[in-house]
Amino acid sequence: MWAMTVKEFRQLRRDHRTFAMMIVLPVMMLVIFGYAANFTVSKISTVVVGPQAMTVAEQLKAPFRVVEIDPKLGISTAKSRLLNGRAEVAFIAEPGTTQVLMDGTQLFSTETAEASLGRMAQAARASGTASPLSFSILYNPRLNTSWVLVPGLAGLILVFIGTLITSLGVVRERQSGTLEQLAVMPLRPWDVIAGKIVPYFIVASLDLIVIIAVGILLFGVPFVGNVAVFALGAIFFLLVTLGIGVLISTISQNQGQAIQLAFMVMLPQILLSGLIFPISSMGVGVRWISYILPLTYFIDISRGVMLKGMPIVALLEPLALLAILAMVVLALAMLRFRRDLAPSSRSYRSAMAESKVTA
Amino acid sequence: MSWGIESATVRYGSQVALDGLTLQPERGSVTVVIGGDGAGKSTCLKALVGLVPLNEGTASRPSKKEIGYVPATGGIYPDLTVYENLAFFGRSYGIKGSAFEKRRANVLELVGLRDVRERLAGQLSGGMQRKLAVGLALLHQPLLLVLDEPTTGLDPLSRAEIWRVISHTAAQGAAVVLSTTYVNEAQRASLVILLSKGRSIAAGSPSQIIAGVPGKVGRVKSERQPPGLAWRRGGMWHTWDLSKGTPDEADRIEPDFSDAVIIAELSHEIGITR
Repeated sequence: MWAMTVKEFRQLRRDHRTFAMMIVLPVMMLVIFGYAANFTVSKISTVVVGPQAMTVAEQLKAPFRVVEIDPKLGISTAKSRLLNGRAEVAFIAEPGTTQVLMDGTQLFSTETAEASLGRMAQAARASGTASPLSFSILYNPRLNTSWVLVPGLAGLILVFIGTLITSLGVVRERQSGTLEQLAVMPLRPWDVIAGKIVPYFIVASLDLIVIIAVGILLFGVPFVGNVAVFALGAIFFLLVTLGIGVLISTISQNQGQAIQLAFMVMLPQILLSGLIFPISSMGVGVRWISYILPLTYFIDISRGVMLKGMPIVALLEPLALLAILAMVVLALAMLRFRRDLAPSSRSYRSAMAESKVTA
Repeated sequence: MSWGIESATVRYGSQVALDGLTLQPERGSVTVVIGGDGAGKSTCLKALVGLVPLNEGTASRPSKKEIGYVPATGGIYPDLTVYENLAFFGRSYGIKGSAFEKRRANVLELVGLRDVRERLAGQLSGGMQRKLAVGLALLHQPLLLVLDEPTTGLDPLSRAEIWRVISHTAAQGAAVVLSTTYVNEAQRASLVILLSKGRSIAAGSPSQIIAGVPGKVGRVKSERQPPGLAWRRGGMWHTWDLSKGTPDEADRIEPDFSDAVIIAELSHEIGITR
């Protein structure tokens, strides 16, 4: 038994990635997720409009964080702010009555706002100064969890297919010795990467259609927005996840390493993308990670289009960021791949001229 | 037209894998790179086809469309059928339509895999898999065919069949370069390069290598290893002596290719420049 134990330790010591996964990763995960795992919303971005806006805004306390006050604006502006995601709650302060609109896609913010409004109304009634307060929830009036989760889960499933399955692609070539063969064949690195990505892209797209259809039919999730905008976001997002898969594949020597790395990439996306925990509740130290994760932006797009019907102009930011991420990841993957597929290009004194001579 | 590597040095970190090697294969002939494990055979072939960059020296080779390469690790897709493997290689080299069908039929005939064309490559025997790998590398009729240990681990019959394909390819005008650990296979080549620790320690045709053996070779029938430099050949010992006479008790013989290879390695070990 001792011989076996010593041998295992020796193997483990040389397998740096597994070693890191066993020692460093759990500590890192604990710290990151400890700060991220928080359902409590302490700040709710709020706009206050209507003739009594100044008076109402003065009365608002935490968790409401007023980001805009304008007595000249009305309900249409308030709805527009909620639609575009600029605010989670809008107060329309008319003389004698205040209407509160809440964004039902922000599940935890809305629940927190509801509770705070209840307390505010109670306190006002007790002091006899209450102005009638009516509130309504937009986009997800019954605060269905499945409505909020399904658009995000669709993204998560794409991450799974895109990253994990694709990451095995190049490694399989490396292990079976065909990567060397490909490097000698007259294929450009881009041809190989594109050729590898296209089948997964098609399968993942079909998967996405099935997931969304099941979400609509089984869970009654609405799809009120433009399909083309959703498709554009999905294409960019898929390119990022497939690119990450190829990138992992190019830096892994075997399928085990690829799976390890894929999980290291997938886990933060599950916990830090806003799929489960609201990003606004995360500690500042880990929140920045959310902003470099592609799933964060896909969730913005999928929830925005499906539940709120956000127009493309309101989604330019996440769309642009996904496009940039796609370009960066694919460029990195191609650079890495080029090392495998054109290793001796530096000293390649070949040959087009020579081949012409010999042809 | 002269392809090959000249004064090529390849380093992996501080380790020298190839040390000033020159290899210039000729069209219509077979060049064999022979050597023990870690001698630098694979690196030499990889440098030839452009898979490893040279730290020093120069390389020249035909365009990728004119190179066929069989890596030591396989080079076939085990989860595709024989036909599907050929289809992928055909498309990658831009061979289409009737031209592809004709070449595919020729290759299957040449490597003797016509009857298993619908079988998954991973389900073929080891010998058949190697034959398929050679067939895939031949599909586009390369001018330079490079095979990394194509016969290692195969039974004598499969080895003979692969050598038949290799000889046929050279006869058609291709320059064939392959590596092997089998001395008897190297004898079939027009040019043999014997590698040790990345350096060429003997080069030439098999007869030239035999003719270049310094000193005398003798044969001794003995249970024990005779004194001096000696190696077993069947029930006998062959001895090598650099002095003019043969060792006592030994009958002088003409060295064969196996003796020449062993002597080249011994010379290199004891520091005799040939």
